[in-house]
Amino acid sequence: MVAKVLMTGNAAIGEAAIRAGCQSYFGYPITPQNELTEYMATHLSRRKGCSFIQAESEIAAVNMVYGASLVGVRTMTSSSSPGISLKQEGISYLAACELPAVIANMSRGGPGLGSIVAAQSDYFQATRGGGHGDYRTIVLAPSSVQELADLTHKAFDLADKYKIPVIILGDGILGQMMEPVEFKHEAPAELPIRSDALRGARGRPSKFIKTFTSNPAELEEINWSLFRRYELIKRDETAYETFLAEDAELIVVAFGIAARIAKGAIRTVRTEGLKVGLLRPITLWPFPYEAAKELAKGVKQFLVFEMNMGQMLEDVQLALEGQGEVSFYGRPGGVIPTPSEVARVISRLYYQKGLNK
Amino acid sequence: MKKVFTRPKSLKRNTFHYCPGCGHSIIHRLICEVIDEMNLQDKVIGIPPPGCSVFAYYYFDVDMAESAHGRGAAVATGIKRAFPEAVVFTYQGDGDLAGIGTAETIHAANRGENVTSIFINNAVYGMTGGQMAPTTLSGQKTTTTPYGRDAILEGHPIKMSEILALVEGAAYIERVAVNSPANIRKTKKAIHKAFQVQLGKLGFAMVEILSPCPTNWKMSPYEAWQWIDKEMTKVFPLGVIKDITERGDAD
Ligand SMILES: Cc1ncc(C[n+]2csc(CCOP(=O)(O)OP(=O)(O)O)c2C)c(N)n1
Ligand code: SF4
Repeated sequence: MVAKVLMTGNAAIGEAAIRAGCQSYFGYPITPQNELTEYMATHLSRRKGCSFIQAESEIAAVNMVYGASLVGVRTMTSSSSPGISLKQEGISYLAACELPAVIANMSRGGPGLGSIVAAQSDYFQATRGGGHGDYRTIVLAPSSVQELADLTHKAFDLADKYKIPVIILGDGILGQMMEPVEFKHEAPAELPIRSDALRGARGRPSKFIKTFTSNPAELEEINWSLFRRYELIKRDETAYETFLAEDAELIVVAFGIAARIAKGAIRTVRTEGLKVGLLRPITLWPFPYEAAKELAKGVKQFLVFEMNMGQMLEDVQLALEGQGEVSFYGRPGGVIPTPSEVARVISRLYYQKGLNK
Repeated sequence: MKKVFTRPKSLKRNTFHYCPGCGHSIIHRLICEVIDEMNLQDKVIGIPPPGCSVFAYYYFDVDMAESAHGRGAAVATGIKRAFPEAVVFTYQGDGDLAGIGTAETIHAANRGENVTSIFINNAVYGMTGGQMAPTTLSGQKTTTTPYGRDAILEGHPIKMSEILALVEGAAYIERVAVNSPANIRKTKKAIHKAFQVQLGKLGFAMVEILSPCPTNWKMSPYEAWQWIDKEMTKVFPLGVIKDITERGDAD
């Protein structure tokens, strides 16, 4: 049996990354994800064949990731909201060059320097590209320390499989809270090098990786090919969880830590006989549109709950295509509502909409 | 008959897109000659920038990857740390290395990254149409200093080589020019040395090359060569600026 250990979410990402074969981490301190950078300094920097750099900026860090990905090793960086804004340049280049990399955003309140506590206001940035150009990144939204570890491992596999940057969209609390976590994998002894890596032209013709072209038709072709791959990801990698949804009259849609809070609230209102369930997207891109649409066949009331002003809300509305009615409860800025607050919002809506009748 | 001059093996048979009299084409060739002589063709990874040399991968027959504007030193760092056997060089203009990429360059140098930077100083942003560069001379007219660069308003020409020489991890910094056969020969020697420093794992090496941009300087190629001697070298004097190998701790 694998032993459970008590760990912060940030450290769990680091440990899971190492066990996934991550050979290089490049970061820059920002609260609330410093424990991850520190974990890598302690556990990765002296590992054979591995490298760690505290870069001079997020821009440098993500470009180091780009360099490491070019030569075919598993590589990652992490940051929190303002730092992720700076990484967007590099993320766009990674996406354009079809280079795998993992980027964790343990997000905090924004805009601007914002607050240093958990928030979910980077949803648009993460799911809409964030950087310039026509591209997508896979976005994974864990809601427990265990899931942070599991999804970090998965992020590396997905990144390699689809040659795409994968974003782990966590948040401040998730990164800093401690929970028992179990790591199912051992770090590989022999670390694999991606076969298409750029490692000098020994035994083969030289090659180059570029995105710039003066020919729009060439770029259009590249964009089409990227989008064909994105279609495959949508088909095969969309992930979500439902909770007490079978008999529900009202579905709460929430992701990450908000989903965790919503679960607590749902348990409370269930004890009062309210039939409420949860839809929790695990991949924010691709968003589980089909799952939401499917639920709307039986359920007419939806409540989107986010720690922002309604960003995933737009995806839920898109998914439902006018089926069902969507309400919204949002707490921006880094305010973390309690399960009982959310329970009150749920039951008020439940009665307002006459679902008790 | 003895062949005395030929195309370097690591230079592809493509026609350069550069303007007549541009320094980029000379410098490309020199780098390729050095790569051949040092037998590095299958070990090199080159990082060209956005800038007139953005298409450098069409000319160098070695592995190459595009970098975002200014980020060459960070990309090179990532490559070298993840794959130390690679021989990595960045090829960067002055807008790139001395403007948007100052931080990446100084910090890569400070960490003593074993990479080689080839820094093309042509005192303008060539690709975007001849705007002011950080290295534009005082009084020099560009499209964004139409009245001539005024130090009070636009700052002074920045001396990256001198700045980098102060940085502990920089092992070898030399400024050369490609405006005469003698200077071209010296440039080649400097490039050779900069790769040697990398192979010897001695730290960061940079060759700053004063390079003509006749098009944006609005000069004939010959006038541009002369302008380098008459004006540019006054602000950017040629020579070795730092060389730790002279202390006897290298080959
Ligand atoms: C982030 C970003 N900003 C601006 C540009 C536009 N741009 C492309 S090349 C360049 C300047 C290049 O000048 P320099 O580095 O001196 O090289 P040269 O063209 O003179 O060889 C600029 C500003 C860009 N590609 N990316
Ligand atoms: S614009 Fe200047 S730097 Fe660019 S190719 Fe022409 S001469 Fe060379």
